[in-house]
Amino acid sequence: MSDATAPSPTAPTSSLLKQDDRTRRRNRAETRFRAYGMAAVIVGILALVLLLTSILSNGLSSFRQTFITFPVTLAEERLDPQGNRNPEEMARVTTFGYAPLLGQSFVEHVQSMGIETDLGPREMAAMISDEAPGQLRAMVLANPDIVGETITLELLAGGRIDGFFKGRVTMASAERDNNVSPEQLLLAEALREQGVMDTRFNWDFITAPDASGQRPEAAGLGVAILGSFYMMIVVLVLALPIGVAASIYLEEFAPKNRFTDLIEVNISNLAAVPSIVFGILGLAIFINFAGLPQSAPIVGGLVLTLMTLPTIIIATRASLRAVPPSIRSAALGLGASKMQSVFHHVLPLAAPGILTGTIIGLAQALGETAPLLLIGMVAFVREYPSAPPDGFFDPASALPVQVYNWTQRSDPAFVERASGAIIVLLVFLIFMNAVAILLRRRFERRW
Amino acid sequence: MNDMRAVERDVDTNDLKITARGVDVFYGDTHAIKDVDVDIVDNTVTAFIGPSGCGKSTFLRCLNRMNDTIDVARVEGSIMLDGEDIYDPKVDPVQLRAKVGMVFQKPNPFPKSIYDNVAYGPRIHGLAKDKAALDEIVEKSLRRAALWDEAKDRLDQPGTGLSGGQQQRLCIARAVATNPEVLLMDEPCSALDPIATAQIEELIDELRSRYSVVIVTHSMQQAARVSQKTAFFHLGELVEFGETGHIFTNPSDPRTESYITGRIG
Ligand SMILES: Nc1ncnc2c1ncn2[C@@H]1O[C@H](COP(=O)(O)OP(=O)(O)OP(=O)(O)O)[C@@H](O)[C@H]1O
Ligand SMILES: [Mg+2]
Repeated sequence: MSDATAPSPTAPTSSLLKQDDRTRRRNRAETRFRAYGMAAVIVGILALVLLLTSILSNGLSSFRQTFITFPVTLAEERLDPQGNRNPEEMARVTTFGYAPLLGQSFVEHVQSMGIETDLGPREMAAMISDEAPGQLRAMVLANPDIVGETITLELLAGGRIDGFFKGRVTMASAERDNNVSPEQLLLAEALREQGVMDTRFNWDFITAPDASGQRPEAAGLGVAILGSFYMMIVVLVLALPIGVAASIYLEEFAPKNRFTDLIEVNISNLAAVPSIVFGILGLAIFINFAGLPQSAPIVGGLVLTLMTLPTIIIATRASLRAVPPSIRSAALGLGASKMQSVFHHVLPLAAPGILTGTIIGLAQALGETAPLLLIGMVAFVREYPSAPPDGFFDPASALPVQVYNWTQRSDPAFVERASGAIIVLLVFLIFMNAVAILLRRRFERRW
Repeated sequence: MNDMRAVERDVDTNDLKITARGVDVFYGDTHAIKDVDVDIVDNTVTAFIGPSGCGKSTFLRCLNRMNDTIDVARVEGSIMLDGEDIYDPKVDPVQLRAKVGMVFQKPNPFPKSIYDNVAYGPRIHGLAKDKAALDEIVEKSLRRAALWDEAKDRLDQPGTGLSGGQQQRLCIARAVATNPEVLLMDEPCSALDPIATAQIEELIDELRSRYSVVIVTHSMQQAARVSQKTAFFHLGELVEFGETGHIFTNPSDPRTESYITGRIG
């Protein structure tokens, strides 16, 4: 091919300094592929950013709420006509007995501050949330001795007033609104300058129960969070052991035959069944047949367990299969029983995968809405479920259902609250995923 | 626990430890072992030699029923250990494998610490009364596998972090720690350097005084050095089986001769 004169280098058959056509084509193809990949990643990130900014901009304000601070005189003749401070008799005074008290004290306070307004007492009192009398009543009944005193209270402002401070309600929109007038907004503005009204962080959004459609300012996620939490406990306690036991049996012990093939195919199919079907199943079996109560976390948990099981089984089997067979042989060769080989060696190696699968399954279950609607979790629940185990049978709501519920309501303040609930849901999901990652790290480091 | 029997064995060496008669192994439709008869004598080293794929590992796995774990594998014929059929339905393979230990062709340490690797067998079989006894077993086993000096300062580190040859010696230590009566070794030295190989061969020789050892090897020199009996397999058949010296100096089958002189394989 080339001259064989000894000391000088042979002439190259083709120069390495110049790319040939084939190499150039391959490089171009690679560059193109990188560009596509990057574009795909950017689209994904943009979608995520868009989603997050829209939810955050809509929902962050729901964690803040406007309060009115003023002294309230708890007139004895109104609240405790008998004068014996007996909570049972005082309970006969309904919230309608408390409302005028609040209104009167508020009007007096506004007048004492010397603020000019054209509003009549009724319209001024309407700026206080309808929820406030009920809250005051609960407070008085819990502590009857404060009757007769004048105490300074921080009470919720009405939803429209709150919306005004958050920019949702404007003078122009108030003109057209039956629930609020521009004069009320002017008064609110003046009261804020005086420090009587302020908008601050509101724990009640997270802890309080839901409120009716007319009182968005009082609606909270407490019952929904508790309900979701109870359901997650049910799912975890049932789905993890059942799923892992089933997977270990199928993967390590069951003979490979037609029957186990059939089971395998069906488990995969089960994972693809629309969740609403599980809801119908739950309604038919757990409520109509087994007679469990409606809207109870136990039923929701059972339905979600059915939904989560295939996910956990598939993830567990995959991670069991990923453990090298040589580990099993090593254990068996030493005279370990099959069970010892699985529990001492295979399962610890598969644990990170199992945990990840379980938490992904739980996260799916946490965000699931459709089956819960069918089993009545959409009901309006204002009572907290009691502590477990009884609480599993009490009516409760669930986070995603609460979101759905709030988006159905007419008052625009609920849009903000629905977005806020989504933020809470996302925080829980991120937390669960972080736990999954942490656990995985810890387990993996041990090997 | 073995003291009594060890004495007994010293007296009547040349006892048959394992007798295999008419063994056939099928992997699905593949006939991997064809009508093999082998006698493993107690307190001897038996070497299995033969070209790759001839069924040495397969036959070795029959001796501790590791083939049970392969779904498609089917074993026929009879294999007796101390006069008892190990394929008898009443035999629990788990109990059998405690008596017949195995070192695999590929090193397969557990992804646990070196200590736990060696201690695992004694733990599950309850061979150590307390921690001190266990420590002693671990040290003794590692010494016998010529790994002690390299491993003594890192007993709590993962066994998978060792080099390939060290891992193989760890597997040997692990198998020795359970105190089996028969030790099956599938190419235990294929990943070892000459020094470690010499140490393992020394170990095998030492083990012979208490156990019978079956070793698969591709090295004719190794077979000649460590074994007293040699079996030559070819395409699933046992071509020749006899005294190692006899096989290597005066093979009766032409295939054996071609193989050991390097013409088959
Ligand atoms: N698990 C299995 N499934 C199916 N066939 C197998 C299996 N294991 C081994 N075989 C087949 O059985 C035959 C014997 O294999 P074996 O592993 O016993 O050979 P070997 O003599 O140990 O070879 P080497 O020296 O390469 O280790 C081969 O043809 C192999 O393809
Ligand atoms: Mg082999």
